[in-house]
Amino acid sequence: MNTATDIPLLPDYRTQSPTVAERFRKLKERPVVLDVQNLGREFIGENGPITALRDVSFQVHRREFLCVIGPSGCGKSTLIRMVAGLDYPTSGRMLLDGKEVHGPGPDRGMVFQGYTLFPWRTVTENVMFGLQMQGMDRTQASSEARQWIQLVGLSRFENAFPAQLSGGMKQRTAIARALAANPRILLMDEPFGALDAQTRAQMQTHLLEIWRNVDVTILFITHDLDEAVLLADRILVLKANPGEVQEVMEVPVPRPRSLMQANSPEFLATRRRLDELIHPKAEGHSAEIEKLPIIRLTQVGDDVE
Amino acid sequence: MAPALPKINNMPKPSWLTVRKDLSPRRHTALGIVAFLLPLAIWCLVSYVPFIWHPMIKIEAPGDVTWLKRGQLIPREDFGKEVARLQAESGHLPNGSRANPIFLPAPHAVARALYTAFMTAPVLRGDLWLHESLWMSIKTIFWGFVISSAIGLPIGILCGSYTAIARITEPFVDFIRYMPAPAFGALMVAVFGIHLEPKIAIIVIGTFFQQVLVIANTVRKTEIGLIEAAQTLGAKRSQLVWRVIVPASSPDLYNDMRILLGWAWTYLIVAEVVGVSSGITFFINQQAKYRNFDNVYAAIVIIGIIGLLTDQVLAFVGLRVFAWRNPRPSRVRTYLVRLITDQYATPLIKIPQYKPVVTK
Repeated sequence: MNTATDIPLLPDYRTQSPTVAERFRKLKERPVVLDVQNLGREFIGENGPITALRDVSFQVHRREFLCVIGPSGCGKSTLIRMVAGLDYPTSGRMLLDGKEVHGPGPDRGMVFQGYTLFPWRTVTENVMFGLQMQGMDRTQASSEARQWIQLVGLSRFENAFPAQLSGGMKQRTAIARALAANPRILLMDEPFGALDAQTRAQMQTHLLEIWRNVDVTILFITHDLDEAVLLADRILVLKANPGEVQEVMEVPVPRPRSLMQANSPEFLATRRRLDELIHPKAEGHSAEIEKLPIIRLTQVGDDVE
Repeated sequence: MAPALPKINNMPKPSWLTVRKDLSPRRHTALGIVAFLLPLAIWCLVSYVPFIWHPMIKIEAPGDVTWLKRGQLIPREDFGKEVARLQAESGHLPNGSRANPIFLPAPHAVARALYTAFMTAPVLRGDLWLHESLWMSIKTIFWGFVISSAIGLPIGILCGSYTAIARITEPFVDFIRYMPAPAFGALMVAVFGIHLEPKIAIIVIGTFFQQVLVIANTVRKTEIGLIEAAQTLGAKRSQLVWRVIVPASSPDLYNDMRILLGWAWTYLIVAEVVGVSSGITFFINQQAKYRNFDNVYAAIVIIGIIGLLTDQVLAFVGLRVFAWRNPRPSRVRTYLVRLITDQYATPLIKIPQYKPVVTK
């Protein structure tokens, strides 16, 4: 491992302060909500089967926040879709609270990158959907939905249609909708990927707030390294071709988390380790991006930098 | 209170032909009207300006030509020959004016026919008045379309939702779809008799099979993400169909139905000649037999007007029913709210706007 660095004096990402270590000890004592065992997925390609995911195993404890990160094409989305039951594994199995699960169900709620709100339903009606599917009557469902809407701070918009909401508000509605159905685990597939940087930061803070106050376990897919370090208890790092677990990291950044910690040594150490795993430096190359073969098309003296 | 700032309108006047850009409401309406005025203008031009077409001569005085009668229409060439012949024989020349063929009456004749067709009693006793014929046609269409939709809509939705049902239905539906509905005419008369029933049956046959396929295809276009989201929220099979797929595709289904209703109208004319000719078709054929082509045009125009009005009403209703697609506050409500709440209410009377003063 390359420890000669540009940022000196960073601690090892594995060193944990006593409080953080204690937190992880307690976390691991909690019951396992989701137990993924040797999960694999093969697709039929033109030249025989392609292995998208191989032998992926991990456990999520109750009220844990687990991030899955990996380079593009490593099968992150396939993994979460299989957990949600929207795709099926070709090998291995998944246990939810010790029982094997097949196919989609309300015990595994999901928040998608593309919001997927029902456009014909108002915010309240969207949040009511899961409750109504469970057979709750309209009045009760709507009063319960209102509480969730309040939790995500959208009370002013409860009668608005999705087409009238901004991206951030849509995703908050989607989170409320998923939580209202009372899932055992909340699956989030790059939920903030389509948002602008500012809104994304807001949503991250917001999600942590919700997670602190609601009894929910979260499995969160992202390709944003900072997001993973900011949010997660543990980070599952996948590698591509085929998608395999590379490492499960315990994030040493103490809680409660905030964006202010982004420059703390623990944060930076974890961040750097992730960088090494996901963007490995090729032999003989510096970190510099290879120069593009661009010819000069401007006049001499007309320089911009 | 701060003085209201003068409004400055610096927006460039948009070009009429900008690719995929909405027109201003005023232009939208104006072009819609022109769309109707333009063909009407061409019709007027051809009808009232003699030297554009007018290939016939309407005889006013037959002169010495024995086979001509007053009011007869003959081709200009033939008339010219007769005139030349009589000039050579120095007889009385026939007299006439240029006219269009009988199948192209002038707009005013059709307009008059539109009025008189409703007001004139039918020639034969027992025949129907025009409005009665129309009502009969509308009844035929209505029942044909309702029966077809009552079966076709649910089947189409099921086909679009479940691949197995689609597979067991669509190949055969596709097979029948290519059989022309009027081909079933004789059969339907044998089954249902000679009155309205076989005609309704033909409209059903003409509409139903197309309907199943069109509806199924629209339903199939439902965004898969919505279905997946509903599944992770606990929606099961039938809930997915009736609580997700149907509402998600309802605006498109509604538009499909509008188009299919138009198709039902095209089947009407062939359906109505089956068995005892009835409705507007009977009226048209009867008038054509008497060579009252102004009445024929009047009847065709009426069908067009009914179709256009129905479609416009349905489009308007659709915009209201599916407001979630393009939610915008009602203009009336916005106006009233502004009127009560602040001083920026749009005044009913237009106040001349300040022009920005440009100082040099």
